[in-house]
Amino acid sequence: MKRHYIFLILILSFFAGLAVASFAGFKDFLPALLRGSVVTIKLTVMAYIVALVLAFAAGLAKLSPLWSIRWLAIGYIEIFRGTSSLVQLFWIFFVLPEFGIMLEPMQAGVLALGLNVGAYGAEVVRAAVLAVPREQYEVTTALNFSRAMALRRIILPQAIVAMIPTWGNLFIELLKGTALVSVITLTDLTFAAYQLNQSVLKTMEIFGLALVIYYFMAQVSRIATSALEERLGQGLSRGRA
Amino acid sequence: MRLWRMNLLVLSAYAIIGGLVVVLYGQSATIGSIDWDWEFTRNEVLPRLIQVVPITIQATFLGFGIAVVLGLVLAIGRLSKNVWISRPVTEVIEFVRGTPLLVQIFFLFFILPDYGIVLPAFLTGVLALGLHYSTYCSEVYRAGLENIPRGQWEAAIALNLGPLRTFKDIIVPQAIPPIVPALGNYLIAMFKDTPLLSFIAVVEIMQEAKIIGSEWYVFREPITIVGLFFLLMSVVAAIGVRRLEAWFRVRRH
Repeated sequence: MKRHYIFLILILSFFAGLAVASFAGFKDFLPALLRGSVVTIKLTVMAYIVALVLAFAAGLAKLSPLWSIRWLAIGYIEIFRGTSSLVQLFWIFFVLPEFGIMLEPMQAGVLALGLNVGAYGAEVVRAAVLAVPREQYEVTTALNFSRAMALRRIILPQAIVAMIPTWGNLFIELLKGTALVSVITLTDLTFAAYQLNQSVLKTMEIFGLALVIYYFMAQVSRIATSALEERLGQGLSRGRA
Repeated sequence: MRLWRMNLLVLSAYAIIGGLVVVLYGQSATIGSIDWDWEFTRNEVLPRLIQVVPITIQATFLGFGIAVVLGLVLAIGRLSKNVWISRPVTEVIEFVRGTPLLVQIFFLFFILPDYGIVLPAFLTGVLALGLHYSTYCSEVYRAGLENIPRGQWEAAIALNLGPLRTFKDIIVPQAIPPIVPALGNYLIAMFKDTPLLSFIAVVEIMQEAKIIGSEWYVFREPITIVGLFFLLMSVVAAIGVRRLEAWFRVRRH
């Protein structure tokens, strides 16, 4: 219940902030920043979905008994964790066309960011699955579950609850990571602020406001994460401290 | 039965990859060639990129120096018993961690001159890197200090050790093993974030690759080499961090 109030207060204070901002002469550049924020949110959400899918695929693949699948996953994870995400964005947008693959800026952004965060997420998935107590695996053997069924019914439900906080952090990392997409010609919040700064020259207000908007989005995701954690954690007797 | 199903999975995975390769190759054969120009790589790309590697390395270590020192200050502030210190410090840490490094770089780059502080772009970038990562480092210190069992502090009081001795001889030696590898991981993360300095026209390795690319109208070789450079360095550094962790573990037992 308390959390709902926090949410309400956050949203109200956001609009209060907007009102103050418009009186302070912010209204010249606020629309552009909000348009940029929409691009940022769109990118973040879509790339997050890509990252989730890839992370579960690669994280489970890394636990596969077959070395070929395991090495495929390790290759993906190491390549995308080992290189800079700016380099990855640039490579996917500017170098892939030289190999004959053309992508729209939005597609390239979602793909690059999703691949990057998916690689970090894969390690999270793997660690969470491994952290499920050993007895749980033994029980599935005793009950004659197939591997797939044990994973789906017993292991993953427990692992997922354990990894929610980390996925919340990854969401914020991804949100921050989207700031780089101006390099592939997208006008996100950061680039909108940059452009405004070139024309209006109210540096403090523009970049200050951009930072506040990013912080606001990060806080909302933080609150949502802890609410989700509480919700999904209900009824589970937790083995972890 | 189970084995059969797994084999099917492997086969289908390879089939998908094979299909992709065929399609991509077919496309590239019509649209462009996928020849890698070794001569261009050897004579133009590599020598020019190697020249700017020191800039990337310098930015990493200078920024890390700032992060390590400032992080300690922030951690002490956050752990302070005085609420008027710990609350604001906590908020600042959360704010810096919750906003993108790139915006912070722009912020410093455009704001500092307004206040009469004119720094070269390189130093501004290093400062932003250091500030951003100092908040991460402060969390590492905090976790390291808070993980020390309460009994250790109590024992130090029981033995009538002064605060300095307690800290120097009891707390720090126990806090270091978990802290050092975590800092190492942030050093690697920071190294991978140095390409962001290219946004304020610092000629580090990424910016040089972009310049080469726009001079020759081809990005394939320079950008791929930059990617490989980062991959190589991070893998080597990650192995180093793992060694360090193992070394501390052995030493403790």
